Amino acid sequence: MVYSLPEEVLEHVFSFITSDKDRNAVSLVCKSWYEIERWCRRKVFVGNCYAVSPGIMIRRFPELRAVELKGKPHFADFNLVPDGWGGYACSWIDEMSRAYPWLEEIRLKRMVVSDESLELISTAFKNFKVLVLSSCEGFSTDGLSAIASNCRNLKELDLRESEVMDLSGRWLSHFPDTFTSLESLNISCLGSEVSFSALERLVARSPNLKTLRLNRAVPLGKLSTLLHQAPQLVELGTGAYSSGIRSDVYTGLSKAFLGCKELKGLSGFWDADPSYLPALYSVCSRLTTLNLSYSTIRSPDITKVIGQCPNLQRLWVLDHIEDSGLNALALSCKNLQELRVFPSDLYAADVNVTLTEQGLVSVSQGCPKLQSVLYFCHQMSNSALITIAKNRPNLTCFRLCIIEPRTPDYLTHEPLDIGFGAIVKHCKNLNRLSLSGLLTDRVFEYIGTHAKKLEMLSIAFAGDSDLGLHHVLSGCESLKKLEIRDCPFGDTALLANVAKLATMRSLWMSSCAVSIGACKILSQKMPMLNVEVIDENGSLDSRLDSCLVEKLYVYRTVAGPRSDMPGYIWTMDRESANRI
Amino acid sequence: MATEGLGLEITELRLGLPGGGGGGEKKEKKRVFFDILGGDDGGGGDGKNGNTGVAVGWPPVCSYRKRAIIKMYVKVSMDGAPFLRKIDMSGFKGYSDFVRALENLFGLGDECEYTPIYEDEDGDWMLVGDVPWEMFTETCKRLRMKKRV
Repeated sequence: MVYSLPEEVLEHVFSFITSDKDRNAVSLVCKSWYEIERWCRRKVFVGNCYAVSPGIMIRRFPELRAVELKGKPHFADFNLVPDGWGGYACSWIDEMSRAYPWLEEIRLKRMVVSDESLELISTAFKNFKVLVLSSCEGFSTDGLSAIASNCRNLKELDLRESEVMDLSGRWLSHFPDTFTSLESLNISCLGSEVSFSALERLVARSPNLKTLRLNRAVPLGKLSTLLHQAPQLVELGTGAYSSGIRSDVYTGLSKAFLGCKELKGLSGFWDADPSYLPALYSVCSRLTTLNLSYSTIRSPDITKVIGQCPNLQRLWVLDHIEDSGLNALALSCKNLQELRVFPSDLYAADVNVTLTEQGLVSVSQGCPKLQSVLYFCHQMSNSALITIAKNRPNLTCFRLCIIEPRTPDYLTHEPLDIGFGAIVKHCKNLNRLSLSGLLTDRVFEYIGTHAKKLEMLSIAFAGDSDLGLHHVLSGCESLKKLEIRDCPFGDTALLANVAKLATMRSLWMSSCAVSIGACKILSQKMPMLNVEVIDENGSLDSRLDSCLVEKLYVYRTVAGPRSDMPGYIWTMDRESANRI
Repeated sequence: MATEGLGLEITELRLGLPGGGGGGEKKEKKRVFFDILGGDDGGGGDGKNGNTGVAVGWPPVCSYRKRAIIKMYVKVSMDGAPFLRKIDMSGFKGYSDFVRALENLFGLGDECEYTPIYEDEDGDWMLVGDVPWEMFTETCKRLRMKKRV
């Protein structure tokens, strides 16, 4: 009988269950399982740092070793969230420093982190091992100095895409000579030059170093030195990939790459000079990940590299790859799972770049394992989308950005409703979708009807009426995150689906047609939601119910209204407080 | 699909501006791409993006990448080099990163025998580093790595 198993046995069994979903399920079986599970949970993921408070998390899970938090809404990446909005890591780090002396891993995304917090991390957690700061801001290289100086057992320091106040490169020299545990270092976002000799010595005394992502300031001529010290590298991000005409640099580089038998992933390539690309040909056959999206090398050179990478699973590239390069990709890389094509020009189509829907169609045809797509382009057709959908029903993530808003099917001039409809109809496991182009309420009807596994949906410049939003909120059973900008969606759909919002992580709506009156009603009806109206200009008249809101962010929470809101956020609580 | 309790309004097709007939005193701000091309209420708090005629945060490229994409290429020549290079000025935060990148472009080491100079909008050749970085990026037309005599 299960209920007669002693606690220790259950705890041992639970130790094999690591996924968050499974752990959550275990905790719901019965009270005793809940109790046993919470004492032996070692890692927690908090998708919205305001959905729960540090205190609540600490009370429930007293023995955590790893915490992951996300702060600002996704649209913050595109400058839609004003400064000072929030996402401060401070209170979390303060409370965890007291509650979890044995905490080993902290992963933060889109949060504001201070140097003081970094210093606290470096001193409070004696066995600290992993720090990942993804798209974070608020700290400087001084904070990094503290981490380097004090974290004796650090394995991973990853600053990916964070905004760091770059005071100097000296921080890297603060890793003591006795420090040898480094496995992963990503400093690609830093502008200033670190002392190369300190970097070289660090690499030389880190036998377990598997991932090294350098910043642009590390010259190509010095890369071979590092590679000779770390031939066991699995992931490498180069610095600047050019060096004038230096045959000695080229030869040195080729030789160094030859020695890297474990290398599976490459990135970096700033200012890439194509004449140095053949130096890495020797590792191409083993490459599974290639990120060329910061280099402007043209299609023929890209094609030459890809042609040598039959095991490529993930490719990130600029639209310089063009249709011709994508055709080559479809022929050479049968194991491709993820493709991201970024724009090289943000506004007008570059006449010298021929990237159309054809490239994506080719890849969908030639790459049977393709699951995840991010594609920026200037034209699309329903027939192409239908073809892609039929070719690749195994797609799980489809993000298409046609750069000019409201662009119709370029062949028929119709909206792209049936094209995206085909995507959601055929790709039954689609969990993430981003729409673009000319779209009517129709596409949302298709999405509501078919996209049952969809968890995240991004909508921009689409739809005709509230019916569109209503289809999504009432039909998409698995929806967790919905972000909308510049769509004619308003009060009716929102208020008809209030209960749905409590089943989702968050809803973002900006430049839509939601009124302050509806926000008040929503707040009143749903006390478990935080309804935050962003009013940057101060032009919102909350006494006038029909006044439209500029930006709205709604999320479920067990922590009540947050206490760190800037003055430009309106909530029902503040409204009531002002009335008193 | 549940339509009970909704009222018939949700199924009615409507023409005209969304948000009901009210509108109130606040002017309806439709952030339509083409409206902004008309340049009317670009000051509505969304003025972060300096480019006129474009919606804020569109296309959805994250700021980190935008800095790498926005092209401000200028030509760079080096005394004695057989061909010129181009460098993207917008990818740098200041002079020190920039000068280092210039040196890397031509494989120049620490003992650099070259001084970077630039041609400004008046056609004069100036020493790199005198004016604030932002001003420099706006006025620099081309660069030259001049060999120190």
